[in-house]
Amino acid sequence: MHYKAIIIGTGPAGLTAAIYLARANVTPLVIEGIQPGGQLTTTTEVDNFPGFPDGIMGPELMDNMRKQALRFGATIQSGLVTGVDMSNRPFTLFLEDGSKLTADSLIISTGASAKKLGIPGEAENIGRGVSTCATCDGFFFRNKRIIVIGGGDTAMEEAKFLTRFASEVRVVHRRNELKASKIMQDHARGNEKIAWSLNRTPLEVTAGPMGVSGLKVRNNETGEEELLEADGIFLAIGHTPNTGFLGGQLPTDELGYLQVISGTSQTAIPGVFACGDVQDRIYRQAITSAGSGCMAALDAERFLSEQTLHIFA
Amino acid sequence: MSVQPITDAIFQNETAAGTVLVDFWAPWCGPCKIVAPILDELSTEIGDKAKIVKINVDDNPESAAKYNVMSIPTLLIFKDGQVVNQLVGVQPKVLLEAAIKQA
Repeated sequence: MHYKAIIIGTGPAGLTAAIYLARANVTPLVIEGIQPGGQLTTTTEVDNFPGFPDGIMGPELMDNMRKQALRFGATIQSGLVTGVDMSNRPFTLFLEDGSKLTADSLIISTGASAKKLGIPGEAENIGRGVSTCATCDGFFFRNKRIIVIGGGDTAMEEAKFLTRFASEVRVVHRRNELKASKIMQDHARGNEKIAWSLNRTPLEVTAGPMGVSGLKVRNNETGEEELLEADGIFLAIGHTPNTGFLGGQLPTDELGYLQVISGTSQTAIPGVFACGDVQDRIYRQAITSAGSGCMAALDAERFLSEQTLHIFA
Repeated sequence: MSVQPITDAIFQNETAAGTVLVDFWAPWCGPCKIVAPILDELSTEIGDKAKIVKINVDDNPESAAKYNVMSIPTLLIFKDGQVVNQLVGVQPKVLLEAAIKQA
């Protein structure tokens, strides 16, 4: 199948781009991967998205955006893009089921995925006490001890959320200072169910036959190893941009974020645009994502109309 | 055929014979919503070769506890009543298909 525009990813960036392109009669195809709705679907209350004075649940916000895109005629298809050939136009997309799609323009809004620590015991205990989704898995840790690893806003939010279930939530962070915003820190610090193990570097997830039993850390002050007992370990140490399927065809920065021409969504290849967290290492907010999705749609629309002019010239 | 819901009471009977994939899910789990339509499709395509069922962990905590489920979605594949494979999180359809065929 051929499309004028294909959008890869259905977070706030991809869906905003879809709304704008659909309203411009470009009728985009939107490819929905393994996390439809993106990272917001694993959050709870979103209190900083303008227009919702009482807050809105992340999954509901994303469901609304999806409906809005469909209302104007965007097509949403689920699938995983495993490769893209951007050497010629139209661009060719290869999907995991073996099918191919072509497009005159491409919007990459594949976002970012939760980072893992890469320490022993972590990978083999995913689903056995190690989790990257507090809203999904907190339920299984009623009256149990939980460790949240991380020092940013997400870690604070998850720690607070998990106190609903756990007997104790311990935040482990490798530095003494938290990166989280002041309001989030204050909320977490004011919660008496949250304990703190700062300045500790995670070394190993320990586990028994029933799953996770604790986290071995190094106390960076004393250099000594400590064992923190826990039944669940939740990772909130940030995200890695999802650019693997591009096979290095587009330049990235040293952290893997796609590079765009400043103030636009234009990548190094004409006709290929990027928006949302996959190209944003600084802000990474729902609202900045949505804003950049709008930019990508307008940039793509302009690109497509210029191409049409060339054909008829 | 869409994926049929099962309960703690009938869990053992439902998984006793043949290849059965059980989807442990809950209504408040975002990623579970992604897995559901994939399994519906797969269930139709696979026909008689395997059975796919789902169990709501909110209403049926016993089975989740019995199989030590601590993360959802968790997909357990049973072969004649024995767990032969466990998949945690959202998986692409091709991978699920392969896992069922392997069982």
